[in-house]
Amino acid sequence: MSSSRAAESLLALNQQEELEDLPREYPLSTSEDEGDSDGERKHQKLLEAISSLDGKNRRKLAERSEASLKVSEFNVSSEGSGEKLVLSDLLEPVKTSSSLAAVKKQLNRVKSKKTVELPLHREEIERIHREVAFNKTSQVLSKWDPVVQKNRQAEQLVFPLSKQQSVFAPIEHVVSGWKARTPLEQEIFNLLHKNKQPVTDPLLTPMEKASLKAMSLEEVKMRRAELQRARALQSYYEARARREKKIKSKKYHKLLKKGKAKQALKEFEKLRKVNPAAALEELEKLEKARMMERMSLKHQNSGKWAKSKAIMAKYDLEARQAMQEQLARNKELMQKIQVASESAEEEGVAEEEGEPFVPDVVNEVQVKASGPNPWMFRNHSSDTKEAEVQGDPEELAEPAAQEAPESEEEGPVVAEEILLKEFEERRSLRQKSGLKQIAKPVGSQETKDPSSQGVLSELRALSQKLNRENHQSRKQELSSKRTVLAVQREEPAGEEEEPLLLQRPERARTLDELEELGKEGCFQNKELPRAAVEGQQWERNPSNHLGVPKEKKRKEQMIDLQNLLTTKSPSMKSLAVPTTEELEDEEERDQRQMIKEAFAGDDVIRDFLKEKREAVEASKPKDVDLTLPGWGEWGGVGLKPSAKKRRRFLIKAPEGPPRKDENLPNVILSEKRNIHAAAHQVRMLPYPFTHHQQFERTIQTPIGSTWNTQRAFQKLTMPKVVTKPGHIIKPIKAEDVGYRSSSRSDLSVVQRNPKRLSIRHKKQLKKNSVD
Amino acid sequence: MKVKMLSRNPDSYVRETKLDLQRVPRNYDPTLHPFEVPREYVRALNATKLERVFAKPFLASLDGHRDGVSCLAKHPKSLATVLSGACDGEVRIWNLTKRKCIHMIQAHEGFVRGICTRFCGTSFFTVGDDKTVKQWKMDGPSFGEEEEPLHTILGKTVYTGIDHHWKEAVFATCGQQVDIWDEQRSSPICSMTWGFDSISSVKFNPIETFLLGSCASDRNIVLYDMRQATPLKKVILDMRTNTICWNPMEAFIFTAANEDYNLYTFDMRALDTPVMVHMDHVSAVLDVDYSPTGKDFVSASFDKSIRIFPVDKSRSREVYHTKRMQHVICVKWTSDSKYIMCGSDEMNIRLWKANASEKLGVLTSREKAATDYNQRLKEKFQHHPHIKRISRHRHLPKSIYSQIQEQRVMKEARRRKELNRIKHSKPGSVQRVSEKKKRVVAVVK
Repeated sequence: MSSSRAAESLLALNQQEELEDLPREYPLSTSEDEGDSDGERKHQKLLEAISSLDGKNRRKLAERSEASLKVSEFNVSSEGSGEKLVLSDLLEPVKTSSSLAAVKKQLNRVKSKKTVELPLHREEIERIHREVAFNKTSQVLSKWDPVVQKNRQAEQLVFPLSKQQSVFAPIEHVVSGWKARTPLEQEIFNLLHKNKQPVTDPLLTPMEKASLKAMSLEEVKMRRAELQRARALQSYYEARARREKKIKSKKYHKLLKKGKAKQALKEFEKLRKVNPAAALEELEKLEKARMMERMSLKHQNSGKWAKSKAIMAKYDLEARQAMQEQLARNKELMQKIQVASESAEEEGVAEEEGEPFVPDVVNEVQVKASGPNPWMFRNHSSDTKEAEVQGDPEELAEPAAQEAPESEEEGPVVAEEILLKEFEERRSLRQKSGLKQIAKPVGSQETKDPSSQGVLSELRALSQKLNRENHQSRKQELSSKRTVLAVQREEPAGEEEEPLLLQRPERARTLDELEELGKEGCFQNKELPRAAVEGQQWERNPSNHLGVPKEKKRKEQMIDLQNLLTTKSPSMKSLAVPTTEELEDEEERDQRQMIKEAFAGDDVIRDFLKEKREAVEASKPKDVDLTLPGWGEWGGVGLKPSAKKRRRFLIKAPEGPPRKDENLPNVILSEKRNIHAAAHQVRMLPYPFTHHQQFERTIQTPIGSTWNTQRAFQKLTMPKVVTKPGHIIKPIKAEDVGYRSSSRSDLSVVQRNPKRLSIRHKKQLKKNSVD
Repeated sequence: MKVKMLSRNPDSYVRETKLDLQRVPRNYDPTLHPFEVPREYVRALNATKLERVFAKPFLASLDGHRDGVSCLAKHPKSLATVLSGACDGEVRIWNLTKRKCIHMIQAHEGFVRGICTRFCGTSFFTVGDDKTVKQWKMDGPSFGEEEEPLHTILGKTVYTGIDHHWKEAVFATCGQQVDIWDEQRSSPICSMTWGFDSISSVKFNPIETFLLGSCASDRNIVLYDMRQATPLKKVILDMRTNTICWNPMEAFIFTAANEDYNLYTFDMRALDTPVMVHMDHVSAVLDVDYSPTGKDFVSASFDKSIRIFPVDKSRSREVYHTKRMQHVICVKWTSDSKYIMCGSDEMNIRLWKANASEKLGVLTSREKAATDYNQRLKEKFQHHPHIKRISRHRHLPKSIYSQIQEQRVMKEARRRKELNRIKHSKPGSVQRVSEKKKRVVAVVK
């Protein structure tokens, strides 16, 4: 109420405002309010009101209108309005009432709706029903597909399918109805009786049984869940371990190893900070490992594998790398471990010491061929003859004199040489480290850790001792030089890869050379493999061999060296690399040559013709000679039956039918077919097989017990279908194969819904009764 | 010093009991046993020959009926019991081990059209030409009692076949329509028709037990669903199907015995093409029954022979006939899958072995191993011409033999004609229809 009143007052206020504003606003507002009839009406009223305000009060009276003349009872006119009158207008009520609107709406709705379709034909409906039912049934049947498939493909089917459930009889029940018959059994029973073991009476008392069974359901469930979880976890870990074990990636393993090493290092660092004594122990362990490594031959390329690789190393880059890796590992293991702070300085010193040496010694080696040659020393004790050759003045005079001592090694011993060299290298490395030890005192004064210092001093003493021994055996100079050489050999990997990069152009060149050589003749090619053998001869009388073969020989021997050495002087590289390639190519050529030679005298066509002639001869029917030597004349050794007799008793074979390949010069048609064998042979590939090899294989594998063990025989001769005699085989059931059978009865549905079909049946019955 | 000497573990050669076989040490080195293929081939050949020598399938003839045997039924619980109905309305129950008739009932007037046992084996049902369905007790009446059926249902039309549900107290009859009956009621709980023609046989699916198959004389096979009480689908073949049989191991497979001398194995989900057409008979096939293993079936034919077909082969592996056996009307494979029974026109029921050369009775393990080995050898070398020829060789009565020849000629002529037609018409205008599809006229949804 209050709200409506408020609204009214507001309205009134509004009007007042209008009244006040009008004189000003009116001309403006007219245009605005033109459309608004209500406003206009109000406006009219207002005007009237204003006019009445004058006091003259000439209010207009309401006009009276009279009925039109044309009003008739027969029609209605709408004159004035200018519109045609429609019936619906008349029907329209004066006021629109809400109740009628609803009816109208309904009418509209009805109008918009289409007519209801005719119901489907009965047959049509039935057809739809059938289709739906068929689809449903097909779906139900499809669940049998896997079972049927499995049974069709099964190796063996044992009927009846449903297994009789074995009844669990407690042991005591079984035992009670059983007596010991054989002596063995009796003996066992005697023993049992002696020890008062229960035999026939229940093994457990009822109380015990009850207590055993006492675990509650919840407990059992929990226990089972636990076990399941444990099993799952275990299998998961197993699977993971297996997976990881399977990874073949070298990279992965490398990373893994690296990671482990890093971890170990970190731990070691930590340990050093926290517990220096333990760290030292660790160090000692490392030292021990090193000692073990030194003692063992594990990574020294002396095993079977290493030897095989050494043979391959000549041709196979990978093998070479593998060997190098192995050696690197060895080195790594044998590296002397020093306390970190010391060793860094130490090494710096050693390098500083080493570097100035290098050029001198290298130069020395290259210039002075005979004097302090390290290779010579190695071979000195083993091969005195070679040493003699080295001493030969002619050899020395040669321009490539620096390589001469190396040329003494021979092809066949390459592998051993490699190994020997490796050993040498390692030894030299060790000695170098020994030198370092000597040099150590300079830096070692700065060591802080007293305990480590003690150990180090011990080590130092040891190394000095070693060094002294070395001194005794060999001269100090030599050892130092060797170490330098070792340093040279130890050049970084970058340099090792250089030859690889260099190889290509060199190779091309050598190929060109080879072609030229080929023109010269195969004499040189033959020379090459022989070179090793001939080497000895040449060495004995060096005067008679000329420059070219010598060069060859040297080159060849260079190859070995190149393979042996892990480092090469640049001057050697240019020579050594091409020679290897050359050798390989020449080998190839050699083989080609050999093939050519092997097929040199081959005249395939003539051979074929000969073969054909032979085949024709063989297929011709043979004459039969029936002469009996000694019959009617003298016979014996060296005596032949007379020609006359032979002619007389020779039965000429009739001419056979013409050969089919008579007019085919380049074909031999063999008309022989063993019909006796063919009668037993399969002519066409039988159905399930797709290739004749498959079939042949099945035929060739014997299944008898003569060729197979009993177990295999039984398996091979297993019958496809096994039935038990006297057992009824029931149709397969859903339960047999683990499906849930439909619990609902087949009948229940039929009985539940009264069917139209049954109604029809009733009708029919009625009809019948009428009849 | 160690002296090397022979040492043998007694475990490897001493028997545990004296009944054990002596262990024979063998050397399986293949070089010691050369020529394995030829040797096995000879063994296979011998096995095949022996199989033919021992192939004597005929076991017994049960005589006693006074008219042609029209239907047979197996006992669901007892292997030794067989029921048979004759054309004079007589039903006999036989004991196979004694080979004697143990019970005889005059069940109907006129033909006994169908007979089936209840799944529990306590009673059986018969339908006859006298428009009745009768339920009988399996054991005969006790002393002094009269032989009377447990129930008799008088129908309005002739029933031509009957089959009992595999699990429930429900049976189905056929005639003008397929009726499903509750054993307790005298009116059918549901009856299903599709078209108007006489239905000659109805069979429950043994696995999905709500399914039924029937065949009518208007050449069609109709499948029904008992639960939804509707027919499902209908396939119309070239000629009339006499009876069908469901595979007891494969729920959706059934085989139809047709008048056109062939049998058709269908997958009921795809009726437009039969899975296999089995042809060998030379006259209408009257009955078919599956082996309980579902691997073979046996068919009885008007050509006085029965044939055994593997399910997946189109040719029969065996044909049984005797001089005295006339048109074979019904056939059954016993539930242990060892024997076959057939009832024929000349009033006899014959008992055959399912495997013609099988040795009956208990086999020792060595015998069993030998037969298994021989069987496997025969299988292995089955494609070799000699073995194939011997194993396929059967003696046939002259009538069948000449019929086969004749039909071969006819078939060849037909084939040639088709080829010629294809050859002499515009390419693509004449389509070659496969033998399987040729026989299916239509599938009606």
